[in-house]
Amino acid sequence: MADYTIKVNNELHKISADPDTPILWVLRDQLKLVGTKYGCGIAQCGACTIHLDGVAMRSCVYPISQVGDASITTIEGLSEQANHPLQKAWVEYDVPQCGYCQAGQIMSAAALLKDNRNPSDSDIDQAMHGNICRCGTYLRVKKAIKKAAKSV
Amino acid sequence: MTKVQTTYKRRSFLKVSAAAGGGMILGFNWLMGCKPEGPLPKAIPSEWFDINAFLKIGDTGLVTIYSPNPEIGQNIKTSMPMIVAEELDVNWHDVVVEQAGLNTEWYTRQVAGGSQSIRQGWESLRMAGATARKMLVDTAAEQWGVNAEDCSVANGIISGPNNESIGYGEIAQLASQREVPEEVDLKDPNDFKIIGKSQTNVDLQDIITGKPLFGLDVDKEGMVYAVVLRPPAFGYTLESFDDTDTKAINGVSDVVQFGDKIAVIASNTWAAIKGQKALKAEWKVGPDIEDSAYHDKELLALLDKKADEARREDGDVFAAFDAADEIFERTYEAPFLPHSCLEPMNFYADVNETQAYFLGPIQTPEWTRNRLSKLLDRDPSEIKIDMTRMGGGFGRRLYGDFALEAAEISKLIEKPVKLTFTREDDMTAGTYRPASKFKFKTGIKDGKIDAWYMVETCINGRMWDPMPSNFPAGTIDNFRVDSHVFESNITTGAWRAPYANFLAYAEQAYIDELAMHLGKDPIDLRLELFERARTNPVGEAYNDDGDKFNYDIDKYTGVIKLAREKSNWDQPREGVHLGFSAYYSHNTYVAEVAEVEMENGMPVVKKIICCVDCGIVVNPIAAKNQVEGGIIDGIGHAMYGQFDFEKGRTQQTNYDTYRLIRISEVPEIEVHFVESQNDPTGLGEPTLPPAGGAIANAFAAASGQRFYKQPFVNYKDVIG
Ligand code: FES
Ligand code: FES
Repeated sequence: MADYTIKVNNELHKISADPDTPILWVLRDQLKLVGTKYGCGIAQCGACTIHLDGVAMRSCVYPISQVGDASITTIEGLSEQANHPLQKAWVEYDVPQCGYCQAGQIMSAAALLKDNRNPSDSDIDQAMHGNICRCGTYLRVKKAIKKAAKSV
Repeated sequence: MTKVQTTYKRRSFLKVSAAAGGGMILGFNWLMGCKPEGPLPKAIPSEWFDINAFLKIGDTGLVTIYSPNPEIGQNIKTSMPMIVAEELDVNWHDVVVEQAGLNTEWYTRQVAGGSQSIRQGWESLRMAGATARKMLVDTAAEQWGVNAEDCSVANGIISGPNNESIGYGEIAQLASQREVPEEVDLKDPNDFKIIGKSQTNVDLQDIITGKPLFGLDVDKEGMVYAVVLRPPAFGYTLESFDDTDTKAINGVSDVVQFGDKIAVIASNTWAAIKGQKALKAEWKVGPDIEDSAYHDKELLALLDKKADEARREDGDVFAAFDAADEIFERTYEAPFLPHSCLEPMNFYADVNETQAYFLGPIQTPEWTRNRLSKLLDRDPSEIKIDMTRMGGGFGRRLYGDFALEAAEISKLIEKPVKLTFTREDDMTAGTYRPASKFKFKTGIKDGKIDAWYMVETCINGRMWDPMPSNFPAGTIDNFRVDSHVFESNITTGAWRAPYANFLAYAEQAYIDELAMHLGKDPIDLRLELFERARTNPVGEAYNDDGDKFNYDIDKYTGVIKLAREKSNWDQPREGVHLGFSAYYSHNTYVAEVAEVEMENGMPVVKKIICCVDCGIVVNPIAAKNQVEGGIIDGIGHAMYGQFDFEKGRTQQTNYDTYRLIRISEVPEIEVHFVESQNDPTGLGEPTLPPAGGAIANAFAAASGQRFYKQPFVNYKDVIG
């Protein structure tokens, strides 16, 4: 076990965990931030996507020991009032079915829109390729990203 | 208006004390979070009055509607309450929805399965709203000394003939003390205000902000975490194990064996996962170790066997084959499939002297409670199950094995526990869609289909009873269906649109190829067959209602003709190859046309046109989501779903080896609903079965190559 101070959604948290513990489980089990989901544990589904200094990361394979003073953002910290353009577009298109993959989809999309204000279909395909939606909401995900891009 | 007796499941409409979640505390912020746009909803009530098992009304007029059925992403938690709200005549904006727990006294069929929630709930949901409305109006009329018939309601406000006016909230207390009416009026569908208008998912705000909603999000005081090591292959049993390394892991508190399984108990999920990996178990290899090559051989051999008893038999196919000018025969093969719900299986259990409490994602709470009752040897009344939202179901969460495991573990360690399957556990300890094969054989005489013989071979199951009377039963003089079941120790079960999910593929691919062979347009061929069923149906009644076949000709041909029109089927376009497919399942009729175009020399599915007859469309935006999801799921598994066994072990264990469809592989989808005033039928499954056939038939139109095995991705030279 080791002690770490990590910055999550602009707040500092002192935690102790084994160094190999993926951030995912620190967020979920210790900080009770359960918006970040477990889907595969091997960086294949994107359900666990968070931002590390603004870059999309799969938190299921990122050990806590490597976080250092990087700033973590989770779905809970994406916006103050659920008013990120993506969240608004998600409401407009009623994107989710079961909802389980959706936080990961939004976090991947948010990282994309940070760097690319006008993503093409293939930019979206590329950025979102790692996010599985077992329910098949892909068409709405795509529409919502395009809509949000216009209002960023 | 339709008058209905309230005697049906009357218990649900009787006054109930403290309905599910009676002591609900809502914060104003929470409520605002649910209703971010538009006018402010009614204020938080200080008192709630239970009207019946489906709803309660607060003193401010805010209404809580309980959604009795489990939510797996089919949007039932929004659509079912909409039906109640419609008949209650309130503003949807003033409704708060809560998931009801299992309560067999109050609700019928709290199941998510078979696309039946809306269809079977339709009448009782309407009655719940209408009964409450009548009690409120009768109370107001009595107070005003006027006739109830002279009062009207709009948005939860009752108006009397002399300009009287009162809100539901003000009169709910009195109304809640009334006798339940013997009879109520249901609205004319033309007067619907909520049904038929798109309403977004009631959990949408919580989903997009990451609030705890799912089973895996459950966190309770004193709870420990469990991950289980199960036999690594079907046919293995546990011989012994060494947990020294596991117990040395930080956070692991206990290791317990139950049956052939070993549970690692820890203070967090990661420690439990590491503990599971560190276990050293010795397994005993049993006599029945199977693999897919063996299944293939056995199933293929069975296809050539005539069953002792046909599932349906009209005329004499064998005599007709002898007399035929030509025989046309094809065989179609499907692998096992895992369900792959994105939220892996999990459950929370707290089994102790005084209670046995369960919470988690389950499609069959009642059945599971009864099995828990047997397992724990406790009366069902001592077992309470609450349902969380589910990160997908697709049939996997019908089985409750995870809840039973959680119960055993909690009982052994005497602590509340949350059991989590890793993805590998989820994929290797499944209840898979069974592998199956279908053979179709047609006898052609004078250019016409004179005999049709279908043989099914399937692992551990066979198509459900009415299915042998599906189309084209009733349309061909000599018609026979045989089923053979091959028993295996691999656990199998329902997978979204059971049997239909592959049977539809086989049948629709076959009809397409047969039509080409006969030199007919595939839609024309189907319509000709339906005409035969209409004018001179073949066969005896297969059920007590005297039906000769299991479909409605008008609805079936309705969606087929609509798809023909919407896809411009009869106006070929240069470079666009069309594939047609139509299927009736789960009480809903669906026709789909796929458009394939060549890209870099390879055929690519660009678009699906889908026409659906599901009666009244309760919530269009969500209905369309289900249609899209079903099609994408159908395409995804037909294209990529490769799942096999070797020496009893699944060869695919996670998403690196098991491929699911991804965003770049999804075509555009255009959806058309048939305008209808018929009672609604479900949408969770019916658009999946025809999807594989539509794309395969379009691939064939583009490349000339037919696909006889799923997944199509193995036809590398055709689709790249
Ligand atoms: S859980 Fe991290 S990518 Fe699947
Ligand atoms: S909405 Fe269910 S997995 Fe995406």
